[in-house]
Amino acid sequence: MNRAGERLYNGLIKENPTFVLMLGMCPTLAVTTSAINGLGMGLTTMVVLALSNAIISLLRNIIPDKVRIPAFIVIIASFVTLVQMLLQAYLPFLYDALGIYIPLIVVNCIILGRAEAYASKNPVIPSLFDGIGMGLGFSFALTCIGAVRELIGAGQLFGIRVMPASYVPVSIFIMAPGAFFVLAALTALQNKIKRAGEKKGKDMSKIQSGCSEDCMNCKESGCSHRFFGEDKKENENKEGEVK
Amino acid sequence: MSDLMKVSSNPHIRSKATTSGIMGAVCVALLPATAFGVYNFGLHALLLILVTVASTVLTEFVYEKLMKKRVTVTDLSAMVTGLLLALNLPPAAPLWIGVIGGVFAILVVKMLFGGLGQNFMNPALGARCFLLISFTSIMTNFDCDAYTGATPLAALKAGESVNVMDMIIGRTSGTIGETSMIAIVIGACILILLDVIDLRIPGTYIVTFVIFITLFGGRGFDTAFISAQLAGGGLMLGAFFMATDYVTRPITKNGQYLFGIFLGIMTGIFRLFGPGAEGVSYAIILGNLLVPLIEKMTVPKAFGKGGERV
Repeated sequence: MNRAGERLYNGLIKENPTFVLMLGMCPTLAVTTSAINGLGMGLTTMVVLALSNAIISLLRNIIPDKVRIPAFIVIIASFVTLVQMLLQAYLPFLYDALGIYIPLIVVNCIILGRAEAYASKNPVIPSLFDGIGMGLGFSFALTCIGAVRELIGAGQLFGIRVMPASYVPVSIFIMAPGAFFVLAALTALQNKIKRAGEKKGKDMSKIQSGCSEDCMNCKESGCSHRFFGEDKKENENKEGEVK
Repeated sequence: MSDLMKVSSNPHIRSKATTSGIMGAVCVALLPATAFGVYNFGLHALLLILVTVASTVLTEFVYEKLMKKRVTVTDLSAMVTGLLLALNLPPAAPLWIGVIGGVFAILVVKMLFGGLGQNFMNPALGARCFLLISFTSIMTNFDCDAYTGATPLAALKAGESVNVMDMIIGRTSGTIGETSMIAIVIGACILILLDVIDLRIPGTYIVTFVIFITLFGGRGFDTAFISAQLAGGGLMLGAFFMATDYVTRPITKNGQYLFGIFLGIMTGIFRLFGPGAEGVSYAIILGNLLVPLIEKMTVPKAFGKGGERV
């Protein structure tokens, strides 16, 4: 149980997929025009992430290494289809707002990244919680970005007007450039908080993921080392043939 | 940092030009256009200019104090940015527009990228485009006490006739500093005489633009149409004061010609085929973004290199 809690904390704070790992930038920048859209996208991704992590972890000893990516994609795509149909049936307004970005969850690199880096090497329960933690971190980040953009760009928060009537919305913030401004500012803020924590002596370093190395600072690319190795060998052979 | 960069061997040629001297010259050169803008549009325009300049200078000062950096307000570059931005605002814009624009220009476009010399696009134009996208209705409303109705360029685009003489003198609606071609050209002459700018970029820019609208404007070589296009909008202000910004123009001579040609073509495309009547600021910003590529293309050959090997 302790491990599950650690995975949640890791996903939400230490390896926050948006602000720390910088993964899944496409939905982050595209759908966060309002807080509710950001939250919807984040929670949808979380459901897919948690379920696919659990299933991939269950099947990790059956899936052959060489075809693991297609196998992961099939599992992820099934869950995305499920979620898409459920959204269409029960939350049509969210389905309309997110549009093309729901099917695109299949290729969201957070999901494939967690499958590859964690779920395919760890037992089911921690994998499930890793998915939930990462999904919560993603939802948290998207909601933050969406809230700031909605507040500045439309004077609203979750669809309710909070700014005084005389406030003129800065509409660039609900357009594409605004997403970059807000993402950069929030990432900077996050780094500042982290640095302040380090000064106080707290351990703010990332918890190591499922693979032997910390992915962001990994020099040997430990998690997919075997495959890099194979590529290298093949390339060497090819070069040899050319020579 | 810049103190560590002196890596070439001696002897060094030292120029007497200083940043504050050049920026001061630009300020002086902008005075005719500023004065005419205030005369043309009234006291509110003066207030708007003062507020914008104050906000750029204050932003730079406060940022450098907070970040514990050397305060560079005295090099006058923030003042030039503020003045240029103010001259690009509509005369009836509320004062807070100037403040937001000034803070954005200095904080986001200039200081966050490392201050003077590091900014990848002209801060004043970056802020103008930011304002234009954010507050479209305010930024494109040129009605004020003195004038109502469309700007000459918009009228021209709608197929109406315009009085070219008024446009050259500047008695038309438009942004505070762009209306008077005469005042801007006087300022440009000051800069050229003081050797602050040369005609490479403005010259190629304007010539390319004239050729472009002659070819694609649908009116052939119609002098009235061409001179109205030249005198209208921000073309003169942009060509002489913003495209020639030292930081965001190419360094190489051939690069500067290329830059001017690119700006001319882009401005023509925006004006003739774009949805709006004006496109100088977007053209210059796009040009600014291409400067690193232009410079890479036009690196001059070092003495003794190149040519055929025997």
